[in-house]
Amino acid sequence: MSQLFWTTLVAAGLLAGVPLMFTALGELVSERAGVLNIGLEGMMLVGAYCGYLGAYYGHSVWVGYLAGMAGGTAGAVVMAVLCVWLGLDQIVVGIAITLAGEGITSVLYQSQFSSSQPRLGAPPVDAVPLLDRIPVLGKPLNGQFPLFSQPMLVYFGLAFAALLAWIFRSTNVGLNLRAAGEKPEALDAAGVDVVRTRTYATLSTGALAGLGGAYLSVVGAGGFQPFLTQGQGFMAIVVAMLARGRPLGVVVGSFLFGTTISLSPVLGAAGVRNIPDNVVHMLPFVAIILALIMFSRRAYLPPALALPYVRGAR
Amino acid sequence: MAETTLPAGAPLEPAALALLRARVATRLLDVGIRSLVPVVLALVAGGLLLAALGRNPFTFYGHVWDYGVAQDNWQQSAVSMVPLLLIAVGLTVIFRANIWNLGYNGQFALGAALVAGYGPTLVDRLPLWFAFVLLALLAAAVGAAWTLVPALLKAWYGTNEIITTLMMSFVGVDLADYLIKGPFQDPSIRTPQTRAIAFDKLLPPIPGTSIDVSLLVAFAAVLVVHYVLTRTAFGLRLHVLGANPRAARHMGIDLPRLTVSSFLISGALIGGAAAAYVLSPFWGYVRADQIPTYGDSIIPFVFLARLNALAVVPFVAFYAILSTGGDFAASQENLPTDFLLVLVGLILLFMTVIEYLGRRRELGSSYLPAGLVQALRATRRPAPKPALDERAVAASGVDADEGRA
Repeated sequence: MSQLFWTTLVAAGLLAGVPLMFTALGELVSERAGVLNIGLEGMMLVGAYCGYLGAYYGHSVWVGYLAGMAGGTAGAVVMAVLCVWLGLDQIVVGIAITLAGEGITSVLYQSQFSSSQPRLGAPPVDAVPLLDRIPVLGKPLNGQFPLFSQPMLVYFGLAFAALLAWIFRSTNVGLNLRAAGEKPEALDAAGVDVVRTRTYATLSTGALAGLGGAYLSVVGAGGFQPFLTQGQGFMAIVVAMLARGRPLGVVVGSFLFGTTISLSPVLGAAGVRNIPDNVVHMLPFVAIILALIMFSRRAYLPPALALPYVRGAR
Repeated sequence: MAETTLPAGAPLEPAALALLRARVATRLLDVGIRSLVPVVLALVAGGLLLAALGRNPFTFYGHVWDYGVAQDNWQQSAVSMVPLLLIAVGLTVIFRANIWNLGYNGQFALGAALVAGYGPTLVDRLPLWFAFVLLALLAAAVGAAWTLVPALLKAWYGTNEIITTLMMSFVGVDLADYLIKGPFQDPSIRTPQTRAIAFDKLLPPIPGTSIDVSLLVAFAAVLVVHYVLTRTAFGLRLHVLGANPRAARHMGIDLPRLTVSSFLISGALIGGAAAAYVLSPFWGYVRADQIPTYGDSIIPFVFLARLNALAVVPFVAFYAILSTGGDFAASQENLPTDFLLVLVGLILLFMTVIEYLGRRRELGSSYLPAGLVQALRATRRPAPKPALDERAVAASGVDADEGRA
């Protein structure tokens, strides 16, 4: 295979994998704390729209990222109040957030930008000195930017995944989060507020999903479209599930599934051109189903997942 | 709450009868409040959103009425009710077992694609009624088959069915799209759509109306599902599984088998909905990327109907009017039709909140949050005695029990 093919493969996998990674890391935090976040798709879309607005009016990708995080967090506030504080059904509320998020971003975008549909410029790329000369991994080729020539946020994201792994393994915060999902009664008995722990987890999930959505619109697509995420919020849930609670597993899984999402440029680089769009579009979901068939017995979900915590209830 | 402990057959004393009546009345009022308030709140919130977008909400909702009900437009709403009803009962069956079939879009799209693909040939070569039955069975079989992977994964390994059904749904929608653009493409035109079935070979209307006969089939399906869910052993098993899977296993229920069969029934009903959709006199063909995603909008109403197949009917009628009229109203007001999705999401959110408040009421508290009640009392009566206030005591008792301040 040619160098162009491999460079395109790495670059395309990264481009589609990074939003998935942020969102799946968010879901991981939430799942470990015992909150199943089905509303991830809606939060991602709100984040994508806010990120687009921020980058468009703020003329900076960073404003976009921050706006996306704020938008995702706003969606998560609904989830935190209804599911964590009031103990309502997490699945119903999650579906509601997804539907409302899909609807509202589509309505707002089409009523604001339907005639102009402005695009965003290409994001600035920060190359890692020296490493960006490595072929396939670092050297941009034909407009494809592989691992060591990425927007700054990607490096931050990878560092964040490592940080998260460390937090879960060796800090009290991580221990509290895990206990909130494994055995909330024990956490309560130890004197830590379960509701507060889960609230923080839910809000950071929203922020991460929003950031993933913002990256998708600002960097990945260069603009917003209604229903831009196309089920990636749900894919993120699967990635988090198969990663069995390990952030580094999320990183690997995201990039594997990311390559399947953005397969059409890769196939183009390989010279394969006569596969219908729909079939290519289907592949990530087929990959997820196959992964679930093969590994679902090994997937791990915390015992208290999706169960609201009510002090003293049995 | 309405059950009484009267011995069977004993004559009711007037006082007891009055009490019973009062209880039934409060129960009905309760159900009414819980079902209607979320819808009203969502319509109000949607109106505020419309106002924020610079549209007049009253004009918009007026258009919904004009295009969805007024003159003969209610017949169009009635036709659009058919697939909605079938999807709604399909979801009711499986939600009763507390299993989440969220793959309705894929099941519906595949059913629609196959019916539209084979329909033109079959209605030409076979007796018409036989072709209809065959097409309905085909769609039902495809819908059911598309639930098989999630059903088996759930039954064997306990894999979360929300994820698997959603993933299958995305694949199903893409596959339907591929079929329409590929093998089923009408060769005579450029638009990506199937060959159209001739108008006189579509479902015949009920005499005197423009509503086709599938509405009767849909009502029959509602009655049958309601009977099965409330009067048969299968319905009871589903209910037990939904209420408590562990208890179901203790009762000796074959859980894997029940899981798979509830999935198959649900998928078959949703596939049947697709057949009714394609064969209705409005269509006769499907176009790629334009297969409706009815299930998303129907979910809240299935919950509002308390997973009762009969109670689904008025809610579906309401949504049929809202969507038929709303589509026209949105295009009149230059709004995307996705505005309806916002309304639906809001109905779900308000429903969960009202449900929560209603549960508190059943526990002896009021519909209003305890703090608010006290605040209201405090403003009305300057010096209340909270300790003697029965409701406040009950409310605080609930708070202490449940640990929510």
